[in-house]
Amino acid sequence: MADTAVRPAPAAGTTQTASRGRPGRRKEAVAGYVFLSPWLLGLFGITLLPMLYSLYLSFTDYDLLQDPEWVGLENYERMFTGDPQFWNAVVATVLFAVTSVPLKLAVALGVALLLYRNRRGVGLYRSLYYVPSLLGGSVAIAIVWQTLFGGQGAINEVLAVFGIPTRAWINDPSFALGTLVVLAAWQFGAPMVIFLAGLKQIPAEMFEAAALDGAGRFKQFWHVTLPLLSPVLFFNVVLETIAGFQGFTAAFVISGGTGGPADSTLLYTVYLYLRGFGDFQMGYASAMAWVFLVALGIITAIVFRSGSLWVHYADEGDR
Amino acid sequence: MATTTVAPVATAAAAPGPVGNNRRWYEGATAHVVLIALLLVALYPIVYMIGTSFKAPDEILNNVNVLPRRFSPQNYAEGWIGIPGVTFGTFFLNSAVVAAGVVIGNVVACSLAAFAFARLKFPLRGFWFAIMIGTLLLPHHVLIVPQYVLFNSLEWINTPLPLIVPKFLATEAFFVFLMVQFMRGIPRSLDEAAEIDGCGPYRRFLFVVLPLTKPALVTTAVFSFIWTWNDFFTQLVYLNDLDAYTVPIGLRLFLDSSGQNAIAPMFAMSVLSLVPVFLFFLVFQRLIVDGINTSGIKG
Repeated sequence: MADTAVRPAPAAGTTQTASRGRPGRRKEAVAGYVFLSPWLLGLFGITLLPMLYSLYLSFTDYDLLQDPEWVGLENYERMFTGDPQFWNAVVATVLFAVTSVPLKLAVALGVALLLYRNRRGVGLYRSLYYVPSLLGGSVAIAIVWQTLFGGQGAINEVLAVFGIPTRAWINDPSFALGTLVVLAAWQFGAPMVIFLAGLKQIPAEMFEAAALDGAGRFKQFWHVTLPLLSPVLFFNVVLETIAGFQGFTAAFVISGGTGGPADSTLLYTVYLYLRGFGDFQMGYASAMAWVFLVALGIITAIVFRSGSLWVHYADEGDR
Repeated sequence: MATTTVAPVATAAAAPGPVGNNRRWYEGATAHVVLIALLLVALYPIVYMIGTSFKAPDEILNNVNVLPRRFSPQNYAEGWIGIPGVTFGTFFLNSAVVAAGVVIGNVVACSLAAFAFARLKFPLRGFWFAIMIGTLLLPHHVLIVPQYVLFNSLEWINTPLPLIVPKFLATEAFFVFLMVQFMRGIPRSLDEAAEIDGCGPYRRFLFVVLPLTKPALVTTAVFSFIWTWNDFFTQLVYLNDLDAYTVPIGLRLFLDSSGQNAIAPMFAMSVLSLVPVFLFFLVFQRLIVDGINTSGIKG
C-alpha cells in the first residue's frame, strides 16, 4: 500500500545528489534526526502506539471507567454475526461511496471539459464552482441541506413545478441517503480543478492530429482526452474513494446524530462514533476501527491494482 | 514538478485554447449559457442560506422566493444569543484559538520534518519517508478511540489541547509531503553555497530553505485554517462542555435544541460561521485553487 502510493511522485531517495565522504556527514545525520524528532514522536506517540493499543482494546470490554476486560474475539464475533446495525452501516457506507464517487467525478469531469473548451473567464468560473467544495463539508451546509430537503423545504417547491410528488426527503429511508449523495456530488469543485490542470497538460497537437484524421469530438474524447487524462482520473478516484468511505459530518448532522431514518444514513464512521462515544463501548469501537482499516486497505489496494488496467502513462515508453 | 503549480500561474487563464480559435462563436456562447445555468444551480444552496437568514419569521414558510420581502437583520442578533447560557462569541473565540494553534503547529512541525526528508542525508531516511506516505492513507477514525483514551488520561478533554498538540508533532502527513515536494524544487546549489560559507544544517534550514519555501508554508497555513474551521468530527469527540464548544459544535447544538422553530436565526449563525472561511478564500483564491494541484500529480 505504502510503496504504491508514492508512484505519482519521484521516490524518496532518488533526488539526492551524491555527497561522498564529506566531514559534515555525521553532523548531518544527527541534524536529520533532530529535524525529524517531532514527527517521530508523533508517529510513535500519537499514531503507532495508539494503533497497537486499539488493537489490544478490540479484544476487550472497556468503558473508560473500569479497566479493560479481556474477552477474546467476542467483539468481532458480535460484529459479524450478532449486530444487524453493523451490517446496515456497511450497506449504507458502500452504497454511499459507490454512488457519490462516480457521480461527483462525472460532474467534475463534465464541467472541467466545458471550461477547458471555453477559456474565456475560466478563472472566475473555476473559483465560483469551487465554492461548494470549500464550504460543503461544514455543519452550516449540512443544516441548510436538512432544511432544503425537509418536508417544507425549497426542493419540494421546485419539484412541484415539474409535478413530482413532494415528500420529506430526509425522513424517507429510501431517499435520505440520496440527499447525502447529492450533497457529496455538489462538492465537485476540488476534483474539477484537478481535472482542469490535467487537461491543460495535454498537448494541443494531439487534438489537431486527431481532428486531421477525422475524429469527431466524441472520438477525440474517447481516444485522446480520456487516455491522456487517466492518470489524473486515477488520482481523483483514489482521493475521492478514500474520502467517500469516511463521510461523517453531513450524515451525522442531518440525521440528528442517529444515522436514521431506519439506519439508512448510518455511515460506518457515524456508527463507530455512536458505539465509541455515545455508549462508550471502546472495545467494540476499536474492533470496528480495525475492521475499517483493513477494509479500506483492501479497497485502496484494489483501486491501485485496477489502475494498471486502465491508467495510461504518456511516458511509459521512456522508462 | 509539483512545485510549479504552487506558484500562481497568472497568465494561464488568458491563453487561447488549443482548439478554440476556429470554433464558431455560438458554440462558445452555448457553453457559457450552460456554464452559467450550472453555476446558478451550484450556488443556489448558498444563496438560499443567505437569503433565508434575512427573512422575517412569518416569511420562512410563506415566501418561496430566495430573497426576503422584508430585510430582517435581527435574526443575527437573535441567533447570537440563541443558546441559553452562552453566546456565539464564545464559540468563535474557541474556534479561533484551535485554528491558530493548528496553523502554527502544522507550519512549524511539518517544515522541520520536510526539511529532513528533502535536504538531509541520514540513515533510514527512505524507510521513514515510506512510513510517512503510509500514514497519509491512514483513516483518522481508526485512531480516534485510542487517542481519546490517551488524552482523557492526560485530562485534556474539553480543552483545545487534543486538537492542537498532535499538529505540533507533524501528524498531518499531507503537509509534510507537500513541503517535501516543494523543497525538492529549490536549487540545491543554494544550500551548497551556504554550506561552503560555513552554514550548518540548522542555519541552512532557517536562512536558505525556509524563506524560499514560503509559498508552500502559506498554502499549508491556509488549508490548515479552512480544514480546522470546518472540522466537526474531532471537535465533537473532544469538546463536550458548552464553554469549550467551537462554532460547528455550537451550530449543531442550536439545530438540535431549536430545530425548525428558529430556522432564520440558525441560518444567520450558519452564514456567520462560514464568513472566516469565505474571507480566506477571497484573499487566497488563486493559491487555494492552485494548491489543490500540489499533491504530487503532474502539473
